[in-house]
Amino acid sequence: MRADYLLKRLGVFVLIVWLAATLNFFLTRLSGQDPVRATLLQQAQLGGYVQSGLEAMVKEYERRFGLDRPLWVQYVTYLSDVSRFNFNYSISNYPRTVNEIIAEAIPWTIGLLGTTTVLSFTIGTLLGALLAWPGAPRWMRVLMPPLWALHAIPFFLLGLILMYVFAFRIQLLPMFGGYSPGAFPALTLTFVGDVIAHAILPALSIVLVATGGWALGMRGMMVTTQGEDYVLFAEAKGLRRSTIFLWYCVRNAILPQTTALALALGNILSGAVLVEVIFGYPGVGTILFHAIRENDHFLVQGIVFTIIVALGVTTLILDVVYPLLDPRISYRRT
Amino acid sequence: MGYLRRNLSLVVGIALLSALGLFVIIGHLVVDTSKSRPLSAPAVQAPSLAHPFGTDRQGRDLFATMVAGTPLTLRIGFIAGMLGVGIGAILGFASAYYRGRLDAVVRGVVDIGLTVPGLLVLILIAVSLRRGLTVNQMAIIVASLAWLNPARTIRAQVLSLRERGYVEVARLSGMSGSEIIVKELMPNLLPYLAATLVNSVSSAILASIGLEVLGLGPIDSPTLGMTLYWVNFNAALINGWWWWWTAPITIILVVFLGLFFLTVGLDEIANPRLRRVI
Repeated sequence: MRADYLLKRLGVFVLIVWLAATLNFFLTRLSGQDPVRATLLQQAQLGGYVQSGLEAMVKEYERRFGLDRPLWVQYVTYLSDVSRFNFNYSISNYPRTVNEIIAEAIPWTIGLLGTTTVLSFTIGTLLGALLAWPGAPRWMRVLMPPLWALHAIPFFLLGLILMYVFAFRIQLLPMFGGYSPGAFPALTLTFVGDVIAHAILPALSIVLVATGGWALGMRGMMVTTQGEDYVLFAEAKGLRRSTIFLWYCVRNAILPQTTALALALGNILSGAVLVEVIFGYPGVGTILFHAIRENDHFLVQGIVFTIIVALGVTTLILDVVYPLLDPRISYRRT
Repeated sequence: MGYLRRNLSLVVGIALLSALGLFVIIGHLVVDTSKSRPLSAPAVQAPSLAHPFGTDRQGRDLFATMVAGTPLTLRIGFIAGMLGVGIGAILGFASAYYRGRLDAVVRGVVDIGLTVPGLLVLILIAVSLRRGLTVNQMAIIVASLAWLNPARTIRAQVLSLRERGYVEVARLSGMSGSEIIVKELMPNLLPYLAATLVNSVSSAILASIGLEVLGLGPIDSPTLGMTLYWVNFNAALINGWWWWWTAPITIILVVFLGLFFLTVGLDEIANPRLRRVI
């Protein structure tokens, strides 16, 4: 039945992508805003005078962006464009395409988000397992209340506080951006060090908060697992405590954590967007922030769509890997 | 009272939120909230007797801003949370009790909706609407996704409850489906519904602050998130205007911690199995 499940899961993925594209298309069209006219008017105001040929310019741009054709033609063109990841030109940075801008930002976001998620998931899960384990050292109990409290704070608030303390007060770490202004991106040791120094604070504000969440979830799971009969049986057999801990408790408690990871990715990403904005980190969140400020609809749509697809792919992979981790699940029809 | 002593999180949660409530009430008595408008005080003043929380760059008195803004932010969270749990509960109860095609549709929509990052969809909605949102419109935008989680969790609870003996007895004695839901299932889930409500109020506030920090909030309302937007906009951190952001951050921290401990406390009431741990 595996192929059956895989097909169904792929179908859901395609559905998500289609829904995201459709939402993207109709929400902006329904709003009755005219991004081309608005941008041209804004530029005219910046220049201090209104050009006489404004209407003609609007017409010309609308033709070039294909906005003068009937709605369903636009929709079909949009879907076919989007399926090839072609999001048109950015309105606020005209000659550049939305794709170029997103492609430049994505490595930063993946780097930041990937590292922090892996770190917080691993540390949190281990910590949570130890917190529920009666044989764990006493001092670990002290960690619980701060973990709880941190877990309730939004990423970016902690980011602001960390930024004030470590970048403004002690000036230990850089405050803004992904690398020092003037530094030339290259694969040299100094540049890599520079990038890492800039990433520490944004990463820390995500890791400190997220770790608590994973630890709490894992701890709950461990408490349930430890009550199971097979753990009692393992103890009665006289197995070593470390064996029971690792292969009887953690092994079973970790599985629901993985599903939780797939569900939490969306929330982590929403939070990380704001962290990037606060730190001016050159990832997707920051360009999204600028796109919103400059009313660049194409760019906003492109970013939202790209992120939804990227997350869809990630959850798809996690869902497919899940039965490999847990032999109890075979996705047979019940 | 004896129970409260054991359920410490509930006490801490209630205490934090009551302290916040007191701050708002006393604040309303002490300060004129119209000072939360720009140009009502000298700009960028450090805290002093006249302006206990200082003033911001547009000349808002920050004490007045906090007093006026905290209830606004809580209102967004409360409206969105109520709508979310209301819709989520109706869908969760109906789909889990009646099963069938309705259940398949609800489950499908919720499963898909939850994998999509909520903030981004909200951004998309907020960007496409005209600028100049009001606080209430903001609440409705946030509520448009706030029902997904409640629907999912309530559905799961009802699925296990509907197999209980007393539901079976009620069905055999001729009660209709809606009667069973209202009279038999709901009362059993009340503490659970309360915990869900607090939880979704908290995530609604988080979502609204997120939108506001990105500049998609009600631009001329002094909500906590908008204050943070202005903090970021004016780079208050680099300029050393510490009082500008300490006040909103402290209040937001109190809100989230209070709501979090309240949820944990309510969870403990709803699920007695949690009690023996810790």
